[in-house]
Amino acid sequence: MNSIHDMGGMHGFGPVVPEPNEPTFHAPWEGRVAALYRAMGFARLWTIDAGRAMIESLPPATYLTASYYAKWLMGLEKSLARAGLVGADEIAAAHSLRPASRRTHVMAPRDVANLKRADYARPAAAPARFDAGDRVRTINEHPAGHTRLPRYARGKTGTVEAVRGCHVYPDTAATGTGENPQWLYTIVFSGAELWGTGADPTLTVSIEAFEPYLVPA
Amino acid sequence: MQARVRALETILTEKGHIDPATLDAIVEAYETRIGPRNGARIVARAWVDPAFRQRLLADATDAANEMNMQSPVGAHLIAVENTPSRHNMVVCTLCSCYPWEVLGLPPVWYKSAPYRSRAVIEPRGVLADFGVALPQDTQIRVWDSTAETRFIVLPMRPAGTDGWSEEQLAELVTRDSMIGTGLPKAP
Repeated sequence: MNSIHDMGGMHGFGPVVPEPNEPTFHAPWEGRVAALYRAMGFARLWTIDAGRAMIESLPPATYLTASYYAKWLMGLEKSLARAGLVGADEIAAAHSLRPASRRTHVMAPRDVANLKRADYARPAAAPARFDAGDRVRTINEHPAGHTRLPRYARGKTGTVEAVRGCHVYPDTAATGTGENPQWLYTIVFSGAELWGTGADPTLTVSIEAFEPYLVPA
Repeated sequence: MQARVRALETILTEKGHIDPATLDAIVEAYETRIGPRNGARIVARAWVDPAFRQRLLADATDAANEMNMQSPVGAHLIAVENTPSRHNMVVCTLCSCYPWEVLGLPPVWYKSAPYRSRAVIEPRGVLADFGVALPQDTQIRVWDSTAETRFIVLPMRPAGTDGWSEEQLAELVTRDSMIGTGLPKAP
C-alpha cells in the first residue's frame, strides 16, 4: 500500500540523530513489547508480512508520531484481535473476560536459547526467469495491500546482481492467501535512474525484488 | 504505555498464550547476549583469516554459525565488503529489517524517518550526520532490505593493526561500521 511507511527518498524529516551509548530498551515496557512480539510469533498465528501489514495500516499521523515499540504494540493488539485471541473489551478491562478461544503453541523459557530467524526459502515450482547480469524493469503497480516493492523503485530499469533463491512471497503471505513462493533477486539501480540528474554520481542502490515485480528491460 | 503493555501481558498470561518467564528470558537475551559484539567477532575473524573471509562472503549464515555464536544465526545473512573504492550502507526503507542475530536490536535512528528516507537518496548527507566523510570518488552502494535477506557490512581493517589478535581487532569494530554509517575505530 502507498502509505507513510514507504519512506525512501522523502524529504523533510531532518537529520539522522545518533544516540551515544544507546540502551537496548529505553523503558522496561519496550522490552516487554519486543518479547511479547517474539513470544506470540512462536505461535505462528500470522506471518511476518501480516504483522508488517498491520503496522503499515496504522493512520499515517499515528505512524509518524508513535514510538517504534508503541507501533509494535498497536500492531500486536490488532493482530491478536484479528486472530480472535484478545478482545477490545479485554484490552479496555486490562484482564481476560473469557477463557482462551483456542490453544496456541506457547514459547517456553528454554526456547529462548534459539532466537534465530525462520528460513523463508522454499522449493521452486519453475526455474528462475532471470540470471545475474540481465537488465530488468520493475513494474509500476500500486496495490492497496502489502507489497515489498518501494515506490521509489517502481517503473525503474536496473540489473540483476544476484539470484537469492525462491522465497515466501510477501504480497500473498500478508493476506493469508498462501506462501506462493517466488524467485528473489538483488536488483541494482544507478542513482540517476532513481533520482534524476541531481543524483550523487557515485551512488548505486539495490533492492531485493521478487520475480512478479520484474519484467525484462 | 507501561499500563497498556502490562494489560496485554496479563490477558495473554491468563489465557495461557504466553509464559512471563519466557518474556524475562527474551529481554535478558537481547540486553546481554544478542548484540553487536557477535558481529564484531565475525568481522575480526574475516580480517585475520582469508579462508573464513571467503566463506563469509559466499554464505554469511554458514560462516557465522561456524563461530559458535551466543545465539544461532538464521537464514539469508549476506556480508557485503567495503573496499578502498566502494562503501556499503544498509537500510530498510519500508520498516526496520536488520540482522538482529549479529547486531542485536536496531538503534532508534535506524528505524527513524530521517534515516529511512535519506539513506537511499542522499547517503553522503547521512554519513555527514555521523561525522563520516568519504573521498568524493568512493562508490557508495546502498542496500535496501526489502525481503528476508539481511545484510552486514564487512568494513576495511584499519591501518596500523598488523599483528593484532582477533580479540584486539574485534574491539575496533563498531556497530555502525557494520551498518555502513560508520568506520571502525582507529587503533
